[in-house]
Amino acid sequence: MEAIRNISPETEEKAEQTLEERLGVPSLFQDLIRAFRQNRMAFLGLLMVLLLTVLALAAPVITPYDPYEVDLDNSLLAPSWSHWFGTDMFGRDLLTRVIYGARISLVIGLVPSFFAMFIGAVLGIVAGYYGGWTDFWIMRLADMVLAFPSLLLAMCFMYTLGATLFNIFIALSLVGWAGTARVVRSQTLSFKEKEFVEAARAIGVKRRVIMLRHIFPNCLPALMVLFTLRIPQAIMSEASLSFLGVGAQPPTPSWGLLVSRGKEFLFSAPWVAILPGVAILLTVLAFNFMGDGLRDAIDPYMKD
Amino acid sequence: MHRYILRRLIISIPVLIGITLLLFFLLNVIPGDPVALMLKEKADPDVIARVRTQMHLDDPWPVRYVRFLGGALKGDLGISYKLRRPVSDLILQAFPNTLMLAFAAALVAWIIGIPAGILSAVKQYSLPDHFFMGFSLLGVSMPVFWSALLFQYVFGVKLHLLPVAGFYGWKYLILPAVVLGWSSCGTVARLTRSSLLEVMRSDYIRTARSKGVRELMVISGHALKNSLLPVITIMAMQVAFLLSGSVITESIFGIPGVGRIAIMAIQNRDMPLLQGSVLFTTVLVILGNLVADLLYSTLDPRIRCDR
Repeated sequence: MEAIRNISPETEEKAEQTLEERLGVPSLFQDLIRAFRQNRMAFLGLLMVLLLTVLALAAPVITPYDPYEVDLDNSLLAPSWSHWFGTDMFGRDLLTRVIYGARISLVIGLVPSFFAMFIGAVLGIVAGYYGGWTDFWIMRLADMVLAFPSLLLAMCFMYTLGATLFNIFIALSLVGWAGTARVVRSQTLSFKEKEFVEAARAIGVKRRVIMLRHIFPNCLPALMVLFTLRIPQAIMSEASLSFLGVGAQPPTPSWGLLVSRGKEFLFSAPWVAILPGVAILLTVLAFNFMGDGLRDAIDPYMKD
Repeated sequence: MHRYILRRLIISIPVLIGITLLLFFLLNVIPGDPVALMLKEKADPDVIARVRTQMHLDDPWPVRYVRFLGGALKGDLGISYKLRRPVSDLILQAFPNTLMLAFAAALVAWIIGIPAGILSAVKQYSLPDHFFMGFSLLGVSMPVFWSALLFQYVFGVKLHLLPVAGFYGWKYLILPAVVLGWSSCGTVARLTRSSLLEVMRSDYIRTARSKGVRELMVISGHALKNSLLPVITIMAMQVAFLLSGSVITESIFGIPGVGRIAIMAIQNRDMPLLQGSVLFTTVLVILGNLVADLLYSTLDPRIRCDR
């Protein structure tokens, strides 16, 4: 009894380590850190995204102007020291509206992409694990969604649901899951044959638990890459839908809408249309840098 | 080979039926009465009811779906609510313009993308490599509607080199084609680069080099042929992608194409026109993917053996 109590602290420490740590296999988190350390572009992307997030969160502190207040005396002012991006047709400070727009774009980038990942992961694992008709029908549904050009499908959703910002969330979640489902399904198919799943099955672990605890965590790295690469697509889709008039409605400072409203003044005040577009470009670039870096670090085989 | 083509064609049929079903459900479940919308406020309920019966809007949905599918198979996509003309006529009238734009854009994408990809692969990690990859990433990350406005401003408003919008000849096609083509030249360049890099690592290239074949010959005579296979097949897909991507470009440059019809249909809440134009474009995209698949299996017999 005494012998058991006298375990050296060293042994205790070892016992607390996971198998991965003892074998020196990098965890997902370590992979991520390595990705950003080794890939300068990914790091730059991360910095840009962080900066954007800070700007979006601190919007009321950063800018002295109100994004909605109309001031017709100061409409269409050229960029100056007091208005860095100039003002729009209603005299609102354009930079303020772009910063407030970052909130919309970030949320649009994250939330529908998350739901799309969620739907795709659940359907992909279920299809891959159950196989048979379940697999057949889920994958045919995915084929159909993928067959549509995504912008057109999103436009049809917006037509039916109505053009509001909230409905973009729904449309983009329902459009974006299919590609994820395909990847997750193929991963599930390969994990299903691995020994750890076989072992779990052999000791009688329930199917639901196997899918959730054994297969899902192994799909996480791929899901993370897909998620990061999905964000810029979602931001771009929202901007496009709002630009076409089937997304956010005025006076929401959505970037796509800002460009759209600005295009009428392209001849007299080009900055109103051009500058908000720079924000879209930089944000999408930043997320693409991050996504490419992550992909290279987590799965060298996913490189294009 | 014939069996493969046949199999591939048969697989496409359920997807085609599926997309009509999905589209039908998506666009036909809207609350709100298209007839009331069409006749504006002044219509009295009796008239609305009569028109609804005339338009078979009160039939159960399976009946309406079968009618829609049967019509679509015969090329009848219904009558536009707003323009009061057959949807198929409107689409066929607009399609040549969209096709011209898509091909011009594809040409831009290939002419820039393929050489850029080759140069990047041959001089991997060099300055030109970084430049071209940056250039293509920029193309992918740039919103098409924004680059369109930028080009309009620079080349149309400031330099007066090209017409800003409209569609009266080949000159009007240059700006839209460059804008749309740039967005997909990144895909072409990256694919060419990675495919060439992969081939350059294979054994037969090492053999060629060890025989003393000059590097230029190794690339042009040995590597390029195999590495361009995936690029050639993606071309068919690209045309399909550009056909659908022309929605925004067409509406900004005022090109009367299928994409602009779709936008117009949404703005006017013209369901048959939207349904028709989306169905038409989607079927084209599916056909484009089919052609890409078949092209690939023709060019590379290894693909067929796998299945």
